[in-house]
Amino acid sequence: MRSLLLEHDLLWQAFSTTLMLAAVSGAIALVVGTVVAGLRVSPYLPLRTVATLYTEFLRNTPLTIVFFFYVFVTPSMGFTLEYKAAAIIALSSYTSAFVAEAVRSGINSVGVGQAEAARSLGMSFGQNLAIVVLPQAFRTAIPPLINVLIALVKNTSVAGAFSVLELFAMSRRLTNVHSGDVLGILAGVALCYLIICIPLGRLAAGIERKVAFAR
Amino acid sequence: MTQTTSALPPAGSPGARPLVAVEGVQKHFGDLHVLKDVDLSVAAGEVVVVLGPSGSGKSTLCRTINRLETIDEGEIRIDGEPLPTSGPGLARLRSEVGMVFQSFNLFAHKTVLENVTVAPIKVKKVPRKEAEARAMELLERVGVADQARKLPAQLSGGQQQRVAIARSLAMAPKVMLFDEPTSALDPEMINEVIEVMTGLAKDGMTMIVVTHEMGFARRTADRVVFMDAGRILEVAPPEDFFAHPRTERAQDFLAKILQH
Repeated sequence: MRSLLLEHDLLWQAFSTTLMLAAVSGAIALVVGTVVAGLRVSPYLPLRTVATLYTEFLRNTPLTIVFFFYVFVTPSMGFTLEYKAAAIIALSSYTSAFVAEAVRSGINSVGVGQAEAARSLGMSFGQNLAIVVLPQAFRTAIPPLINVLIALVKNTSVAGAFSVLELFAMSRRLTNVHSGDVLGILAGVALCYLIICIPLGRLAAGIERKVAFAR
Repeated sequence: MTQTTSALPPAGSPGARPLVAVEGVQKHFGDLHVLKDVDLSVAAGEVVVVLGPSGSGKSTLCRTINRLETIDEGEIRIDGEPLPTSGPGLARLRSEVGMVFQSFNLFAHKTVLENVTVAPIKVKKVPRKEAEARAMELLERVGVADQARKLPAQLSGGQQQRVAIARSLAMAPKVMLFDEPTSALDPEMINEVIEVMTGLAKDGMTMIVVTHEMGFARRTADRVVFMDAGRILEVAPPEDFFAHPRTERAQDFLAKILQH
């Protein structure tokens, strides 16, 4: 642990990079995943098909492959992404597939009568989703969504293998220099992940209690 | 459209243009033929009660009228306009047809007041203040104004169903569909809902009511429609239907439900 204290500037830089990757990718994934989940229940078959392909493709591909694609394949297609940008795109697209599934299971938990009542009042598909179905779906989807976000925080470590200096890359760098303190460094890094993830779990429990309502 | 309104014959008479017209409707659920060549026309201001054993297709018929169920053949017109199959046209027509469900289907995450105001505000773009004032009037009328700030789950079944009626009325519909509105209620709550419905009928609302409440059918209906196995077997004024059912199936049905 002593080496981490000596290198506190580096530690802080790495910690904030991990936090930034998780926060930005998480926010994008929540938005994109919700839209994809909406498309999966839309009345138009082509939209449903596109959404299903998107979800199944990303959900069943290893994150490392997704990173490889954005970091190494896109330059050959004519545009090069900065490493951090590539990491954010890889993490958010991969995570959005899991968000979409969590939200879709939430949507399925909302009674069909709720959507029927909305339709019978003249609401469009979009209004039905935005006003009636999604607000109820999210309440059910909070626990699985938090699981997805916790997995995302840990998945940011993959970015360390693709030239982004976050906690994992920092730990590799430090263990090379301070080979006598490997255990301390790894324990310290693990602690940093806990510091991010445990409040997330608490937050979820808090939100769940707050928005609970009887059906 | 050359007809003038003043030339229209009085509601209920054979020459009036029907507000709801169902013509030659066929519907299948897989192999099951649930609606067989159904014709029904309902005039403005008329109250039609649909009776029949469970599985006779009466709920399905009710749900086809605002296209919560699709039909395989035939045509349904609301106030002369054919029901569109999808899109904004269908949404607009649905906003003119109120629907009350057996299981209330109040929006569980919204307060009673929000349940009644949300559609006028979002669909009809009524200003919030105006929508809320109108909603309070309607809640007053159905007798649950004091519950306006509560969530649906905090209300009794009868209160929830009355809120559902107010929610439909808030859209100022041309016709109201009731799909077994009292079937999910405890016996002591049935009357409070029936009273609201009777009041609506007295005020001239056009209503199509699927129910097992024979008392309501007798007292309030202009016509009774009897369905069995997907077919309309009889259409008659209630006094005729209850006194002299013509078909054997209707005689059977009445004998079973009126004996106890």
